Amino acid sequence: MNQTRTRSISLLFQLGGLALAVLFVTIILLLVDAQPMEAFRLIWEGATGNPTRIASVFVVWVPLLLVTCGLLATFTAGLWNIGIEGQITVGAIFTTGVMRLFLDTSISPVLVIIISMLAGMLGGALWAALAGILKTFGGVNEIFGGLGLNFIATALNIGLIFGAWSRPGIASMSGTEPFPEHFWLPTFQNFRLSLWSIGFAVLGLIIIYFLLQGTHFGLRLKAVGKGMKSAFRMGIPTWQHMMLSFVICGLFAGLTGAIQVTGVYHRLIPSISSGYGFMGLMIAMLINYQAIWLAPIALFFAALNIGGIQLPIVIKLDSALTGVLQGSLVLFILIMQGIKQRFVGKK
Amino acid sequence: MKKKYAWTIFALLLVMVLVLSACKPTPAPSAPAEPAAPAEEPAAPAEPAAPAEEPAAPAEEPAAPAEEFVFGMLLVGPYNDKGWSQAHYEAGEFVVEKVPGTKMIYLDRVNTADRPGTTAAQLAEELVQQGAKLVVFNSDDMKDDAVEFTKNNPEIFVIHASGDTVWADGENYVPLANMANLMGEMEYGKMIAGCDAALHTQSGSIGYLGPLINEETRRLATSAYLGARYCWDNYLEKDPADLKFRVTWIGFWFNIPGFTEDPTQVANEFINSGVDVIISGIDTTEGLVEARKATGEGKQVFAIPYDFIGACEEAPDVCLGVPYFNWGPSYARYVSSAMQGTWKSAFEWMPPNWENINDLDNTPIGYFSGPAMSQDAKPLLEKFIAELAGGLNLWSGPLNYQDGSEFLAEGEVATDVEIWYLSQLLEGMEGRSE
Repeated sequence: MNQTRTRSISLLFQLGGLALAVLFVTIILLLVDAQPMEAFRLIWEGATGNPTRIASVFVVWVPLLLVTCGLLATFTAGLWNIGIEGQITVGAIFTTGVMRLFLDTSISPVLVIIISMLAGMLGGALWAALAGILKTFGGVNEIFGGLGLNFIATALNIGLIFGAWSRPGIASMSGTEPFPEHFWLPTFQNFRLSLWSIGFAVLGLIIIYFLLQGTHFGLRLKAVGKGMKSAFRMGIPTWQHMMLSFVICGLFAGLTGAIQVTGVYHRLIPSISSGYGFMGLMIAMLINYQAIWLAPIALFFAALNIGGIQLPIVIKLDSALTGVLQGSLVLFILIMQGIKQRFVGKK
Repeated sequence: MKKKYAWTIFALLLVMVLVLSACKPTPAPSAPAEPAAPAEEPAAPAEPAAPAEEPAAPAEEPAAPAEEFVFGMLLVGPYNDKGWSQAHYEAGEFVVEKVPGTKMIYLDRVNTADRPGTTAAQLAEELVQQGAKLVVFNSDDMKDDAVEFTKNNPEIFVIHASGDTVWADGENYVPLANMANLMGEMEYGKMIAGCDAALHTQSGSIGYLGPLINEETRRLATSAYLGARYCWDNYLEKDPADLKFRVTWIGFWFNIPGFTEDPTQVANEFINSGVDVIISGIDTTEGLVEARKATGEGKQVFAIPYDFIGACEEAPDVCLGVPYFNWGPSYARYVSSAMQGTWKSAFEWMPPNWENINDLDNTPIGYFSGPAMSQDAKPLLEKFIAELAGGLNLWSGPLNYQDGSEFLAEGEVATDVEIWYLSQLLEGMEGRSE
């Protein structure tokens, strides 16, 4: 009885946050003289209007889901893995690099794709481990370390695209030379969506859910996240757990980068991480670090991203508006959580 | 008590949302799916559904003219960038004005940094969803996507501006019946710009603000150099060794913080190292803005922007002139042919209309002389343009590549292919070739 009451109050506050976010965006729309209902309808229509659009939503859903899976591991350990963007980028770089090695060999493309993707995961994990090492042994807060590593990853990426890996004769912002078609993750006919990447996403979600909810490791990670000192006194090797959570997150981020290269762009592009890492941070906060809500909320964010494309085409509004909606959603739901704790009590 | 408080807040908020979204002058709130039909856009279809599957989509708006030819544009930069993308945008407006029964839809900032997670091909499909029968890809960087989209949508006409895909003599030839490649022969515009710069520099030092390095940008920077050198040697009769021409590449057509070098900074470095005329090869006007600042601080610095006829407006008093694209006439031609069923795939590299290079109804490129042009220089520049019109070819030997190897021997003239795919800057130019 008591349990359900707290739940419904909690839900109520979250709905309140949602309402506030919608209100906020509505006000902005009114300020720029747009019609809110028309804008919301366009976003909905743009995300669900036809099979191609729905497929596009899932193309965004996969990386969002995967990075957020990774972030759940670091958040559980009480870490702000801002370096996630760089980890995606380095994952993509490793995937591209390894795939380039095998381009002119006779090894089966399937094997090449698998090796390249594994390399991507390794790359992401290494980059994340670097942030972890800076944190554990260098005393550098993971937020600052992560930011620095993001910059380095971007510079490295651009350097490769314009330098060593540039197209013959030209360097182009559109990225490296596209890989031949047999090195692409197979997609549905006429769609950009790959069943394989969907499979990876679902698998990733299941793994992270059971890892965090159903294992001793998950429990210990939670203990580290709740309080390092007490966890240490309980005999949990804290820094090792923190490192591991970084590595797990890096594996997911690297896989995300690998999918961006093999399944979406089929080459390395300058903004290969597409901001999915930062969006993943928002999603993780929004779902209060509960894996169970991840799939639908990530889908919602992906739908906003794709649906938002209609705004500039049809009513000449900036599609960044959907970003405002996403950001304000997180903000207001967090504010509402604060208010709830203040007035209704901790539970 | 507390619970009641929360309820009240929540209910209030909800009511506010509803009231606010309803009190906007939209049509009957009972049917929010109906388009509001603003006066200026009578043709907006009610449902952005695929026209192929649902032929009579705009059913709810009987006022719309029956058969409108919609063409879509994908612009790499902002539609109002006073540069490359605006030149395209205004060409679209030109088409709407000159070809009856056409409507333009467009999407700007089509690049993966501004629209992460999307591809140009995907965005082109969205334009088709909105009814576009012809799509313009306006950047060389969209080449892969333009080709992919053209292959996947054989019933849609595609213009890829500045591309070379359907050029049978080109290095990247792919026959695609529904694609056309258009490009103004801006080499002439850049030669005129270079000449203009040479006629105005006091220090003998010209800076070229380059975008990224590729064949197109190399040949354009080189054209500016050839024009500058010609006027320096022949009109001013100065020592060729005193002319310095430096190229600095920022990495893209416009500034993308974190991805490119900052053109403002590059322009300042030019000015601090003695450059007093900046020729811009990028799509935005930082060169002009910094020249004005420096001039305001007592250094006389001129600039020559690029792409867009109105670019001088940003800082007229330091603007010598602007070589601009005038895409309108050629787009009108291709849109008409698509409408009339006479479309032919072609690669067109279009020289200016030498009768009058500023005849906007009839020239693919032109050169607008800016207010800062000096009276002494004016007749000389006109003479140069007349010489070009009379057949002066600056792409003639002897010319050496930057590394000293021979490009053209004495008496040799470069072919179109050699110019289009120029592999290096020329001897006498400072700056990277690769």
